[in-house]
Amino acid sequence: MNTRFAATILAVSTLAVAACQKKPPEELPPPPQQTTTPTPAPTAGPAAGALGTQQHFTNAVGAANTVVYFDTDRYNIDTSSSAKLQNQGRYFSQHSNLTFTIEGHTDERGTRDYNLALGERRANAAKNYLVSLGIPASRIRTVSYGKERPVELGSNPTAWAQNRRAASVVIN
Amino acid sequence: MKQLFAFAMIFIAAPLAAQNEDLGEAPPEGGAIEIVEESEGLSGSVSFEGNLDDLGIAIPAFATDRNVPTPANQSGTAALGIELARVVTANLRNNGLFEPTGPDALPRPEFAQITSPSWATWSNRGAEMLVHGYVRGRSDGRLTVGCYLYDMALQSELVREGWVVPPADWRRAAHKCSDLIYSRLTGESPFFDSRIAYIAETGPKDNRTKRLAIMDSDGANHRFITTGRSTALTPRYSPDYRQLVYLSYVDGNPRIYVYDIGSGQQTLVTQSENPTFAPRWSPDGRSILYSMAVNGNTDIYRVSAQGGQSQRLTDAPGIDIGGSYSPDGSKIVFESDRSGSQQIYVMDANGSDQQRLSFFGGRAATPEWSPRGDQIAFTHITGDFRIAVMNTNGRNIRHLTNSWQDEAPTWAPNGRIVQFFRTERNSGATGLWQVDLTGENERRLPTPVDASDPAWGPILP
Repeated sequence: MNTRFAATILAVSTLAVAACQKKPPEELPPPPQQTTTPTPAPTAGPAAGALGTQQHFTNAVGAANTVVYFDTDRYNIDTSSSAKLQNQGRYFSQHSNLTFTIEGHTDERGTRDYNLALGERRANAAKNYLVSLGIPASRIRTVSYGKERPVELGSNPTAWAQNRRAASVVIN
Repeated sequence: MKQLFAFAMIFIAAPLAAQNEDLGEAPPEGGAIEIVEESEGLSGSVSFEGNLDDLGIAIPAFATDRNVPTPANQSGTAALGIELARVVTANLRNNGLFEPTGPDALPRPEFAQITSPSWATWSNRGAEMLVHGYVRGRSDGRLTVGCYLYDMALQSELVREGWVVPPADWRRAAHKCSDLIYSRLTGESPFFDSRIAYIAETGPKDNRTKRLAIMDSDGANHRFITTGRSTALTPRYSPDYRQLVYLSYVDGNPRIYVYDIGSGQQTLVTQSENPTFAPRWSPDGRSILYSMAVNGNTDIYRVSAQGGQSQRLTDAPGIDIGGSYSPDGSKIVFESDRSGSQQIYVMDANGSDQQRLSFFGGRAATPEWSPRGDQIAFTHITGDFRIAVMNTNGRNIRHLTNSWQDEAPTWAPNGRIVQFFRTERNSGATGLWQVDLTGENERRLPTPVDASDPAWGPILP
C-alpha cells in the first residue's frame, strides 16, 4: 500500500472518530486502532468485471460503499460517509490510472435550479474528501443531476433519503 | 499537410457537432405583422357597469368579401373566418374572461355588416358586447384581418384594428383581436399574442425524457426543439423571440446554451469547464444571467448576449442562483441560501447592495419580477410548495395556489396571470397551470405530454 495514503487515511480516521465525540479535545488523541473496514482484497474474483469497469469497483469496495447519503439540504460528509469514502479512496489509490465520476443528486422536494446546485455541492463534498485522502482532483469528475434522476420513486421520507446521494461511478 | 489540415478541421468541428446533436428541425421564424387600421384609442366609455366576468360577448364568424383559397385553411377564407372567431372565443373563455358566445351558436354576418352591424339581429341574444371581424385574401398571398368591438346598449363602436399577416400566422390575428377586446374592456395590457417555452416530459420517473418545446399562449403551434436524447431544462425566450437559453446535458454535463431559432444552431453561454444553470434574459435582451458552480459554490454571473467576458455578481459562500431583472433593468431579484436556507434577495444590476427580502418562515425560491414591476412571484416552501406573490419590498405575501408541489412561476406579459408547473405526489406527473393574480381562474394548460418549467415570453414584436 502507498505509505503516504496509509498515513493520510489514519489521520482522517482520527478526525472522523474525534468528530463523533461530544466535545472534541483541543489536542488530537493518539491515533487509535484503525476502525474502518479492512482493505478489500484487490484481486478480482472469477466473476468480477475487468479493471476499469463499475463492476470491478463495486466488487472491490462493496455496492453500499459506492454511494454516500446526505440529510435534507445538507452536503456535509458524516461519519458513515467518510468510512465509505475511505474504502473508495483505498481502491482508487491502488488503481492509480483510473479516472471516475461522482454524481450528485437531491430528492424531489426542492426547486429545480437550486437542486442542480445542491447536487453539485454534494458531489464536490465527496470529491474534496477523496482529494484529502490523496486522490488527485484531476482524476475525479463531478456532475450534478439535481432531482432529475431518483433511484427511489416514492414521495415519502424513506425514498427521499435514498435519493439525496453522491454516487461514485467508474466509466470505461 | 493536407492530412493535418483535415485533422484540424475535424478536431474543431467535433465540439460544435456534439453541441447540436440533440436538436431537431429548427422552427420557422415568425413573419412580420403589419397594422393596417390603427386603433383610434378610447372613443367614449363602455355602457356596461356590472362585474366584467358576467359581461356577455357575442363573437360570430368573421366575414369574408370573397371566399378564396389560402394556405391558412383548406376550405378557403370563409371557413377561416369561423376559425378566427373560435380562437377569440376560446381565448376569452379559457381565461375566465367575460361570458363569450362563439360562432357555432350564432348567425353569420355579411361582409358589409362588419362595419355596420345589424343591431336587431344581436339585441335579443343577451350579449352586452358584439365582436365583428373580417378576413380577406390579398393578391400577395397574405391575409388582412379586421376586428371590431361594439357596445350593444350604445349601438356604437368601441375600438377597431386590422392586421396583415402571412397565412401561417393567421392565429396571431385572432390573438391580436382577443388582446384588443381584452384591453379595451379591462384597461389592462395585452397578453394573448405571446408564446411559451417549456419542458415536455415523458417516460418513467427514474428515466424521464425532457425535451425543449415551444407553443403559442393558447397551446397551438406546438413544436419540439430537442429530440430528447439529452435532458433539457429551464428554458427562457429572448425578448425578441429570436433565441432561447436553456440547460442541456448534451455533452454529459449541465450547461447553458443559447439556441438561435433562425439558424437552429446553439452555442455555450460561456466557455468554461464548470457547470452552468438557471439562465435568464435582461428585459432589453442584451444580457444573460446565468449561475455557475465552481468547486461546489454557485454564484450568479452576467454576460453580454453577444458573448465575451462574464461579470460575477455574487460572491457569498453557498448557493446564489437564478435571478430576475426588474422591468427597467436596474435591479435583480435572486435566490440564495447564505442565511442557511433558500431565501429571496435583491441587488442592483451590477451586484451591489444585496439585501434579503423574504422573511415569511419556510423557504422562498425561484423569484420572478412582474413585467409591471410591482410584484415578485416565487415558490414558497413550507412543507408543500405554493406559488405566492409579494410586493417588491418583501411585504404583503399572498398565496395563489395550494397544492403538494407547485413551483417556478412565470408571468403573463401583462403581469395579471402567473403560470407554473405542478408535480403530483408519487407518480411524478407534471403539468402546466396558471392562475390569476387574484388567485381565481386556476386551470391546467393543455400540452401533448407532461410539462414543466414554463417560461412565458413578452408580447410578440
